Amino acid sequence: MAQYILLIIGAIFVNNVVFTKFLGICPYMGVSKKIDTAIGMTMAVTFVLTLAGAITYIVQNFVLVPMDITYLQTIVFILVIASLVQFVEIVMKKVAPALYKALGIFLPLITTNCAILGVAILSVQSKFNFLLTVIFSFASALGFGVALILFAGIREALDTRDVPKVFAGSPIAMIIAGILALAFMGFSGMVK
Amino acid sequence: MNLIEKFKKTFFIENPVTGLLLGLCPTLAVTSSAENGIGMGLATTFVLVGSNLVVSILKNVIPNRVRIPAFIVVIATFVTIVDMGLQATFFELHKTLGLFIPLIVVNCIILGRAEAFASKNGVWDSFIDGFANGLGFTFALFILGSIREIFGSGAILGFKFWPEEYRTILVFVLAPGAFLTLGFMLVGMNKISKVLQGDK
Repeated sequence: MAQYILLIIGAIFVNNVVFTKFLGICPYMGVSKKIDTAIGMTMAVTFVLTLAGAITYIVQNFVLVPMDITYLQTIVFILVIASLVQFVEIVMKKVAPALYKALGIFLPLITTNCAILGVAILSVQSKFNFLLTVIFSFASALGFGVALILFAGIREALDTRDVPKVFAGSPIAMIIAGILALAFMGFSGMVK
Repeated sequence: MNLIEKFKKTFFIENPVTGLLLGLCPTLAVTSSAENGIGMGLATTFVLVGSNLVVSILKNVIPNRVRIPAFIVVIATFVTIVDMGLQATFFELHKTLGLFIPLIVVNCIILGRAEAFASKNGVWDSFIDGFANGLGFTFALFILGSIREIFGSGAILGFKFWPEEYRTILVFVLAPGAFLTLGFMLVGMNKISKVLQGDK
């Protein structure tokens, strides 16, 4: 049990996907202007990342390894993720229209979120079993969410501030992300 | 198409990293040294040129509705080639870049160029476009990597910058340094591109 808790805390705070692994920076910069969109994106990422972790584990261990074609990993994983996103979109539209409306535009964007492919490959490289892979994927997505929502909150507050003209827009956002990353460095060494 | 204009545009004004903010994950992750930045940039350039070429050759064959999955397969094929090629020739570099080599496949610059340029233009133009954008990306990575390496570890490409007894600013090679340096670099590049556009 302690192993799972350590893995979760580690993935959220110590080895945060955004601040220490640099995964998913594009959506991190792109959808962090408002807290609402940040929460929508977090929900979509959590959902897809957990599913993708489970499915890529199955594909890796029951298809790629037995057939000895692990060199096709990149191609197969990205196709699996792209079709998973499409599939989730279609199913959600039928089964949970309210949720579909809430996540709406964020779903297709997720295919190019490198956190999904990155976490899937990382779990394979760390040789996690099925349960650990699912927990790790879920916790990584939560870590992404924590980083994204914190950042969106700061950016919303920033709208009313007087930022020097040359720094307005993305430069100041990048510097804030740097300061947040500094704050997250405080967690380093807590869990190894 | 005027080649010099094209390169000036992709290096400064519409640089994939500093102008359009694409491909940020590898940009931040591998630029702890100038050498890694160049390695990553050239690997991406190779994939970009290859995928642009294939996409522009096949543009009339691929049905419009499945074009995005088709592009992704083309890109993933080139990424696999780079992955294996680097492992065979530059093993050390392959080890430092690690996870970010398979992740070239989700670099939005590559899919972006395939969709926005190669699927509408001829083979030669697409080749030039891929090459120019790849070099623009490499250029941004090299500058960012150099700044971080000079301040963070005091040397660039093996050339010592400060005297031995000076202490370096370690934070530049750590994660926060990547965000901070890129933030200040964006300011500088915005200024440069404004000046260049003013010239015309």
